[in-house]
Amino acid sequence: MNPKLISIVCAAIAVSIGSVGPALAEGRSVAAAMDAIARQPEAAGTISRTLFVGLAMIETMAIYCLVVALLLLYANPYAA
Amino acid sequence: MQASPLTSALLFRVGPVGITRPVVTTWFIMIALTVGSWWITRNLKMRPDARQAALEILVEGIAGQIRDVIRQDPRPFLPLLGTLFIFAVAANLSGVLPGVEAPTSRIETPAALALIVFLAVHYFGVRARGLKGYLASFAEPKLVMLPLNVLSEITRTFSLMVRLFGNVMSGEFVIALVVALAGLFLPIPLMALEILVGLVQAYIFTVLATVFIGAAVAKSPADRGGLA
Repeated sequence: MNPKLISIVCAAIAVSIGSVGPALAEGRSVAAAMDAIARQPEAAGTISRTLFVGLAMIETMAIYCLVVALLLLYANPYAA
Repeated sequence: MQASPLTSALLFRVGPVGITRPVVTTWFIMIALTVGSWWITRNLKMRPDARQAALEILVEGIAGQIRDVIRQDPRPFLPLLGTLFIFAVAANLSGVLPGVEAPTSRIETPAALALIVFLAVHYFGVRARGLKGYLASFAEPKLVMLPLNVLSEITRTFSLMVRLFGNVMSGEFVIALVVALAGLFLPIPLMALEILVGLVQAYIFTVLATVFIGAAVAKSPADRGGLA
C-alpha cells in the first residue's frame, strides 16, 4: 500500500473515532448543566458560562484529532 | 479543492518578511476597529445618545463578565480582554464577507493571540503578586507539582491557539466543500452556523484568557482552582 492511501485512511479513522468521546462528554455535560439550571434557575448565568468553558475544553480533544488528520493529509513527511 | 489549511500563500514581500493574505486582512480589521473606536468615542456626554448607549452596553457587559470570573475590579484587565474579544469577533466574522477569508482560520493569527494571552498572564501575575510570589505559585500545592504547572502553562496556550484555529478553519473548510459540491444556496445555513461558532469561539477565547489571568492574580490559593 502506498503511504498516501494509508494516511488518508488514518485521517478518517482519527477524526471519526476521536469525535466519539468528546460527543459523549459534551452530551453529558450539557445534560448536567440543564439539570442544574432546572433546579436553580437563578444560577443560570454562572452555570452557562462554566458550561461554555467546559465545552470548549472538551471540544479541544476533537479539534486535536482534526489537526492530526490535517497534518496527515497536508503536512505528512512520509507521503510527500 | 483549496490548498492546505496549515500554510498560506505569500502575497508580496517587504524586505525579508513575507506578507500573507491573513496579515493584510488583519490590517484592514485593525484600521476598521481603530477608526470605529475613534468615531464612537468622540464627544462622549453624560446623557448618552443611541451610539454611546450601545458602546456602554458593550463595555459594561465585558466588564461585568470579567468581574464575575476574576472577582476583582475589572478595570486593569478591561483594555486587553475587551480588545481581544472585539478583535476575535471581528476576525471570526470577517470570513462571512464575500471574498474575505477569516484571519483566524490560518494558524498564525490564533498563535499570535495565544502568545499575547501567555505573556499577559505572566505580566499580570508578576504585577499583582511580585516576581517572587508569582514564581512561588508554580510550586503550589506541593513542590512536586512544579513540572506539571510549568507544562500546563505551555499546553493551555497551545490548546487556546488550536481551538480557535480548528473551529474557524473547519467551518470555512466545510463551507468551501459544500460550495464545491452543491453550489449556490445550500451553504447558507452553514454560514449562519459559522456566524454562531465565530461568536461563541471569540467568547470562549476571551473567557479562557480571563480565567488564566484570574488564576495568576488570585489572592488566595482557593480562588486559583476552578476552571484553570
